[in-house]
Parts: sequence; structure tokens; C-alpha cells
Amino acid sequence: MHQPLSKDSWQYRGLNELTPGLNYLSDGLATLVEAGYPVLAGSADLQYSNGLARFAKKYPERYTQFGISEQNMVSAAAGMATAGGMPFVATFASFLALLCCEQIRMDIAYCQLPVRLIGHHAGISLGFYGTSHHATEDLAIMRSIANLTVVAPADGPQLVAAIQASAEYPQPIYFRIGRGRDPQVYEDGVPFAFGKAIEHLSGEELTIIACGSMVHPALEAAKRLNAARWSVGMIDMATIKPLDREAVLRAAGRSRKLMTVEEHNVLGGLGGAVAEVLADEGCGVRLLRHGIKDEYSLIAPPSHLYAHYQLDANGIEAVALGELQRN
Amino acid sequence: MFIRLETIRLIEIAKTGHYTSVFSAAETFAALYYDVMRLQRGNPAWPQRDRFLMGKGHAAVGLFPVLADLDFFPTSWLDQYTRLGSPLGDHPDMCKVPGIDFSSGSIGHALSNGLGMALAGRFHGNDFTTFVMLGDGEMQEGQVWEAALGAAHHKLNRLIAIVDRNGYQLDGAVEDVIDIEPLDEKWRAFGWEVHHVDGHNLSELTALLRRLRADDQRTRPACVIAKTVKGKGVHYMETEPGWHLGYLTPEDAKRAIAEIKGQEI
Repeated sequence: MHQPLSKDSWQYRGLNELTPGLNYLSDGLATLVEAGYPVLAGSADLQYSNGLARFAKKYPERYTQFGISEQNMVSAAAGMATAGGMPFVATFASFLALLCCEQIRMDIAYCQLPVRLIGHHAGISLGFYGTSHHATEDLAIMRSIANLTVVAPADGPQLVAAIQASAEYPQPIYFRIGRGRDPQVYEDGVPFAFGKAIEHLSGEELTIIACGSMVHPALEAAKRLNAARWSVGMIDMATIKPLDREAVLRAAGRSRKLMTVEEHNVLGGLGGAVAEVLADEGCGVRLLRHGIKDEYSLIAPPSHLYAHYQLDANGIEAVALGELQRN
Repeated sequence: MFIRLETIRLIEIAKTGHYTSVFSAAETFAALYYDVMRLQRGNPAWPQRDRFLMGKGHAAVGLFPVLADLDFFPTSWLDQYTRLGSPLGDHPDMCKVPGIDFSSGSIGHALSNGLGMALAGRFHGNDFTTFVMLGDGEMQEGQVWEAALGAAHHKLNRLIAIVDRNGYQLDGAVEDVIDIEPLDEKWRAFGWEVHHVDGHNLSELTALLRRLRADDQRTRPACVIAKTVKGKGVHYMETEPGWHLGYLTPEDAKRAIAEIKGQEI
């Protein structure tokens, strides 16, 4: 007789249990179902990775397993939206935004269908799975698709709030989320509005603007710098498109310098979006874009990668300090 | 006859278009819209309507006159085909044209779109049927087979694919570009019920599609392989596969119109 695997075994966890932080996705969808919305969820052989298994178990009639057919899933979600459904489909951000880019553009965004795309395990959060699984271009690609709203919630509560806010939102949305292990920034029940930044700290010397999984470490770094008597602001730019231009301009008016932090190529993502606003408005403020420097990310456990790319609290603090000390 | 003649008239406005793609599919359009599909004249957004999607979207020029004839939009729109700001272009656009159930243009998406409609229809208890017309060259797209696999797995018995098997694509004969045979065996192996029909025999085609639509016992999606002739109805197009995209001089258009008018259908 075979011995069952130990609870500590990686395989046991991988096959049978869910990443606790990603249950927020299922729970967020469940609140919409309970409120009477025609939610239809789908996943492409990753229901345990993205936590939709919990939703599937609770509402099997609302869940479709697409298997490993991401493009088919995205196009099918578009079809669902035309027939009265409110589809949420999820897969790794690297596959959703890159493999299905054309299906997202033609079937969803061009047709202006209110499909919700969940790109999870974004950025370098898949660590040693390798560069194929890292999504460091998705913001740039999704941001350039007309009609598409692009959101990167910082944690579970903000994801739930964004999902709830999406119920009456007419446009298609790309949600960029992490791997469900992001430390919490917000309390349950936090409010959320598309296109509105959340200003955590105000500072005169530097304002850090971050999104998604970078909000927690960036906020931590800003707090440390303020404790060391620097004056550093911090903004959570949860919506990358439409960008909160007013928040950028307020920060540019208040601070001598700006710094964006993103788990993404510095080209085309949050840093690019902020740079466009500054250039459009003729702001002379210096902007430091911190992120992946137009290169393919290395293979390593995620925490090692965040340290290597200076995208953890220590790294962000060091990069910001370097900028503060630079004339 | 009406579909072919209007196609010639509209392409005259655009000065270029896909005559032959329409001519191979004309009887299928006629069978579906005038006989088989559950529709309400003048009510293109009726939720109970059957759906029609075109993977081979470049044949839209032949569908627009049908939709106008069903009072889905004013007939006068046809005269503006492809003009600046016209809702009618070379491919069907659901945001601009009432009666277009889904936009297309990118090859290979439509069966997936139809799969999603069928899933949502089932969830909502709406018994509409979704028809998806696919070009035979389109069978070369991988996404078609993702959708074929998924539709059979999910037992979407109200999804019907129609392959317009005219044998040609832009670069030549399908068998020379990338052969797709044995096509029926492929669909069967993917779990579909498969039927063959002469795509230009209107009565046979209509009878088959009516029967498939009415069949409540089927537990799988159905595929109809409609054998057609690219350019059917105009002999110099039928015998010259280079007519995928083209333009008729006024003189050649007259010959084509005379030939089409001389036929029964």
C-alpha cells in the first residue's frame, strides 16, 4: 500500500491545495454571483494555480475548463460576452498577454466586449520556471490595445475590490495579478475606482509610483527613507490604463523627482506611461524608471530574483537613496 | 442569384473584393438566412435568434445584402460599401453592422467564438443554435482544432460548423498549400458528427441544415462539409483559381451578370 505524501511535500500541495492568496480571485467572483451577475469563469489547465478551482467547485455550471488552449479560451470568452455572460478567464500573464494578444485585440477589445482577463503570476513571480513564464512585456502590450483597461492590484483585498468595481464597468479589463503570495497592503473591504491612484505618502524630494506586487516593497522602502529624514512620497498606481494623470501631475508638482517601480520591462509599462504624461505636459521633473532593464530575466527562486533586480524593499530603498543623493 | 448579383454590384463600388469566396458560400447564406435559422425580420438583436459566424470573413460582401433584405439595416447602406466611414467593409464588424453576430477578419477565431456563445446559451437556458462557417484553408489554423476539441468535450450539440470546401486559398489549391485531407476523418476523430453535402444544391443543403438544427438527440457538435466551387456561377472564375481577390472590368461584369441571370439559382 502506498503511503500518502506528507503535507509538507511540494507535490502534495501543488496537486491538491490552492495558493491561499489566490483564493481572493474565486472569492471575488463569488461575491458577484451572489449579487446576481452572470459570471462565467474559465481557466486553461491552471485552476489550482490561479485559485479558480474553488469557484469551479462552488459553481460548476458557471465554470469551463478549457484545457491547454489559451487562444480558444480567450475567443470563447468573447463569444460568451455576446450571449449574456460576464466572462472572467485566467491563465499565466505571459501566455495570456503574449500568446493571446491578437485574440484579445480582435475578439475582445476591438469588439468592446466586457470580458475580464486575469493574467496571474505576472512579472518574474514564477521564478525558476524560467523566462518563458515571466511576463515582463504584458503591460506594454495590453496598454497599447485600444478600449482595454489595464489594472494591477497590489494584493488580494484590492483585487476583490477591483473585481467588484468591474461589475458595472462597460469596457474589457486586463487584470495583472501576482502569484497569491503578495503581502497585504490593504484591509478587506478597501474601496477601488478604475483610473484612480491611491496616494499613500506625500514627499518633497522624491515620489515613488508603483503598481501591483511592487506596492508593498515600495511603500516599505518609502517609509524607511522617511524614517531616515528624507521626504519621500508613495503612490499606488493600481490602474495603468487609463492612467491617473492628475495624480502624476500632483506628484510632479510636489516632488523634485519621480521614480516608478514595476515588475516589468522599463520600456512601455508603468514607467513609460508616467513618462508620456510628463512629456505631454512639459514637466521638467526627473523620472527614474526602475524595473527590468530591457532584458530577459534570469532563472532563480522568486525572492532571489527580486533581490537581484533590486525589486524588493531593500533594493528599492537602495535605488531610491542613490537617486536622492544624486544632484 | 440575388446574392451573386449584389456582390458584383458592391465590389464595383470598392473596386476590389472577394467574388469567388462569396460565390462558393452563396447557397449556404441563402439556406441559413431564408430557411434554417430562427430569426425575426427587422430585429437583429433578438436574444432568441440563431447565431451565424464567418471564419472566412472576407465573404461578408455577400452577406450584407441578405442582412439588409431582412431589414436589419437600411438597404441604402449597401450603396456606401467601403466608402469612408461606411459600416460595411471587407470583413463583418459586429460593432458597426446590425445582424453581424461576431466580427471576423483574423482567420481561425470564429469556431472558438461560437463555442463561447454555445456555452453561454446553455448556461442561460437559451436554445439558440450557433452556425460557424469556416473556410477550408482556415482548417490550417491551430486554434480551429483547439475549438473542435473543446466543443466535443463540452458536448455542444447546438454548435454546427459548416466548412466551405471550395478547395482554394490565396496561394493556390489547399492541397498544394497545406493539405487538410482526410478532413471528415479529422473532425470525426475530434468527436464531431460529420456530414457531406453539395454546397450548391440548395434543397439538399437546406434539408440537411434543417434536420441538424432540429435534432435534439445529438450529444455532439456537428460538422457539415459543403463541397463547393470557388467562383460558382461564373465560368471563368470557376476555372481560374487566381480569382481569390479581384476586380471585374465593366465588360467582364456584364458577362458575369448575364451568366448568373441565366442560371436557375
